[in-house]
Amino acid sequence: MKKRLATVWLDGCSGCHMSFLDLDERLIEVAEKADLVYSPLVDIKEFPGDVDVALVEGAVSSEEDLHKIQMIRRKVKTLVSLGDCSVTANVPGMRNAFGVKAVCDRAYTENVTLNPGTPAQVIPRLLPYARPIHEVVNVDVFIPGCPPSADTIYYALTELLEGRQPELSAKTRFGA
Amino acid sequence: MSPTNVVKPGTKPVQPASNVKTLQIDGKDFSARPEETILDVARQNKIFIPRLCELEGLSDVGACRLCLVEVKGSNKLLPACVTRVYEGMEVTTNSPRLAAYRRMIIELLFTERNHICSVCVSNGHCDLQWMAQKLGLTHVHFPYRYPKANVDASHERFVIDHNRCILCTRCVRVCDEIEGAHVWDVMGRGIDAKVVTDLNEAWGNSETCTSCGKCVHVCPTGALSEKGHAVAEMEKRRHFLPYLTMMRESQE
Ligand code: SF4
Ligand code: FES
Repeated sequence: MKKRLATVWLDGCSGCHMSFLDLDERLIEVAEKADLVYSPLVDIKEFPGDVDVALVEGAVSSEEDLHKIQMIRRKVKTLVSLGDCSVTANVPGMRNAFGVKAVCDRAYTENVTLNPGTPAQVIPRLLPYARPIHEVVNVDVFIPGCPPSADTIYYALTELLEGRQPELSAKTRFGA
Repeated sequence: MSPTNVVKPGTKPVQPASNVKTLQIDGKDFSARPEETILDVARQNKIFIPRLCELEGLSDVGACRLCLVEVKGSNKLLPACVTRVYEGMEVTTNSPRLAAYRRMIIELLFTERNHICSVCVSNGHCDLQWMAQKLGLTHVHFPYRYPKANVDASHERFVIDHNRCILCTRCVRVCDEIEGAHVWDVMGRGIDAKVVTDLNEAWGNSETCTSCGKCVHVCPTGALSEKGHAVAEMEKRRHFLPYLTMMRESQE
């Protein structure tokens, strides 16, 4: 039976998704083994149930990220932290030492001429810290790298779709 | 064969045979001089013991604890870089327990400051990053601290980024022991400890700094770097150290 695969984009630059697309023709092979049931790359709005593998890019930074990842954890068998932002908080975490107020003031007030002020609507509120996913929910597999190479993602994904546990420390590292 | 009474520059006189200690490392027999440490013997015999603060040519301080090994008869783990060999010593350099502690040490180093490898000048050339991968680390189990650490770019050629410092004190030792300037030292205690130039003044104002750059090149991470390098561009060159040590010892 085909596996159900999802990819998720939290607070990251989408570089991990770009690296995923760099699988190139190997994407066809992946598509033979799994259906992409949710992803920023496909047009499905609701996260479905019974997902076998979810690759999650990005740190947990906002209230929306937190809500999403908690909901996703309940619906996914194998949750994968994909890339340094999800594994370490990485660049999104660089705001942590400064505090939310200073960061929002800088972005929405100090450097702005039109309607300065932190938006209270539409934009999800930031949490006090951007955090690695495993500080918030349980994570099953960690793929460090910024971004992890297409070869690394291909290796990890094919192992997982075959029901095996990938051995990643030899293939990738923080900052790879 | 060269006559034994001639001592080559840079080497120590051969000790009388009675002074040789025999020991076992990982079940294999080795001999060593009594002043040698477990790490010396391991290095000579290509046995890998992880280490971060130790650097050949500098004094040993036992700061990072990564080189901890098991020694039969001791219920404590002992740092290989500062533990002398003795007759009949039995050393184990690798075990599940050691591996777990070593990974824990590396993880704690990552949480203590802000090591953002992806945007670091030393990405790809960093001893901490390399060691993490070598020891099989894919993530950190402890909560990150995200301290507010500063960057001092006041020196005309060099930068210190405290976000990346692991307090190995290599910079302190090379400056004191090799350059003889003692610009660097450690200030504060415990989690508040940090390296400082002179009496915690801006590096650029230092009257003792000779701008030799030795600290930059022995620094294991991106904490010390030369200006003008972008991400991943700062490669350290350390070959000067054994050479300087050898020249110095030959003059003594
Ligand atoms: S600045 Fe570099 S060499 Fe000096 S203590 Fe920190 S990590 Fe070690
Ligand atoms: S290398 Fe021995 S304690 Fe750091």
